[in-house]
Amino acid sequence: MAKRPIEPLLWLLFSAGGVLAALLIPSLLFLFGLAFPLGWFSPPSHEHLLALLRHPLTRVVLFLLCMLSLFHWAHRFRYTLYDGLQIKHMSDLINLLCYGGAIVGSVMAGYLLWQVP
Amino acid sequence: MSEGPVYTEYHPRWLRRRMSTYWWLERRAYRFFILRELSSIFVAWFVVYLLLLVRAVSQGDSGYQQFLGWSRSPIVLLLNVVSLLFVVFHAVTWFNLTPQAMVVRVRGRRVPGVLIAGSNYLAWALASALVAWLLLGG
Amino acid sequence: MADRITLQVARYRPEEESEATFQEYEVPYHKEWVVLDGLNYVKDRLDGTLSYRSSCRMGICGSCGMTVNGEPKLTCATFLADYAPGPVRVEPLRNFPVIRDLVVDIGDFMWKLVTVKPWIVRKEDKPLSAGEYLQTPQEMDEYQQYSMCINCMLCYAACPVYGLDPNFIGPAAIALAQRYNLDGRDEGARERLEVLSQHDGIWGCTFVGECTEVCPKDVDPAGAIQRYKLTAALESVKSILTPWGAR
Repeated sequence: MAKRPIEPLLWLLFSAGGVLAALLIPSLLFLFGLAFPLGWFSPPSHEHLLALLRHPLTRVVLFLLCMLSLFHWAHRFRYTLYDGLQIKHMSDLINLLCYGGAIVGSVMAGYLLWQVP
Repeated sequence: MSEGPVYTEYHPRWLRRRMSTYWWLERRAYRFFILRELSSIFVAWFVVYLLLLVRAVSQGDSGYQQFLGWSRSPIVLLLNVVSLLFVVFHAVTWFNLTPQAMVVRVRGRRVPGVLIAGSNYLAWALASALVAWLLLGG
Repeated sequence: MADRITLQVARYRPEEESEATFQEYEVPYHKEWVVLDGLNYVKDRLDGTLSYRSSCRMGICGSCGMTVNGEPKLTCATFLADYAPGPVRVEPLRNFPVIRDLVVDIGDFMWKLVTVKPWIVRKEDKPLSAGEYLQTPQEMDEYQQYSMCINCMLCYAACPVYGLDPNFIGPAAIALAQRYNLDGRDEGARERLEVLSQHDGIWGCTFVGECTEVCPKDVDPAGAIQRYKLTAALESVKSILTPWGAR
């Protein structure tokens, strides 16, 4: 078997994250990052947003979006550091920061989404 | 690779040229590539932003309004404009590359790449419409 | 239209110097001449000490790959007319060690190519009496594109990952492995998986895509690699979920 069987799994997470991020982030970021702050559309009321967030399906989808997007970033950024800055010899530190960061972020996402009242 | 490449020290007079640290600036294709890879940073930023929003909503209406106010500040706005550009760049490059990475056959014939990319764009449009409907339709 | 064009050719004479230098040669300009014609003119009439490789001069042997104005090209397929009025800079292929002038050593690739077993692997060969292996046009279509590789190494010259880490197995080797993996007659996919799924195998590739851009035979090694990543990843998942599966 492969010497490093984790690598294909990390790639699968990267790919899944890439797809979800591409499908969902542009519209979400457009609305919450531009349209609502600039007043192009009126933002949803707090109760409406809370009702949306409470729904288990929303929580699951958002958790998957966060976790997979973070692993997408981790994998891509790791290789960008390897190739862009040529610091492959620091791979242990890079892997720790990237995937560790993704794990920490995913745990936080899970916690915050679980805690929605 | 148990033995490694066939470079050996027995050819000290072969000229080995090192790649510059700024190799990614040298060709247009490499610049495009590194920008595409850097888009992942803005994907990660969005996750942070989303979680801040979720936390704010969980804190009640005042927390939510505070978040909205903060999202109007010039620095955050600028960051989100740049992020949106990069995230769209990620989406477009991702969907355009999908046909190259996936060969789909229907009844023995290869589905043309344009259709594969097109169906990705369609999914994107539908997902965006759903998000808009959920958030604006209330 | 000028009837001469200048070639700026990289020279490296290991017995005399430790750096590459450039030497300028003025060669006749003909609309139908390629860079290789210019180099041949230099060697025949101007400077017999110039060293370079070429063979078929028609884009099928893969010998004449060099860097022309910064781009990896087959010099037998690159017209001087596209660079008129010049000058045209000719350097050795990138990412390989230079032996002399425009000649590079491709032993690394040759060694890697053997490791991916680029031949039909079968548990048992059919005896001659059983006749030929029959293959439908559709079955051949699955792998035909990848069989077009002429081992010219332009893809390795264009690949930044290979340039940064020569341990990376590289585009052509993976494309050629795919040519056999996707061939219905072959039964060696599992053996190739062992080699390709190592860290210096396919996983180092970040889909820059330049290999496909420079390939003179439209092999699309980038596509081959991404397709193989999916195959290898699914194999990995399968083997984790069903460790008792047939090995």
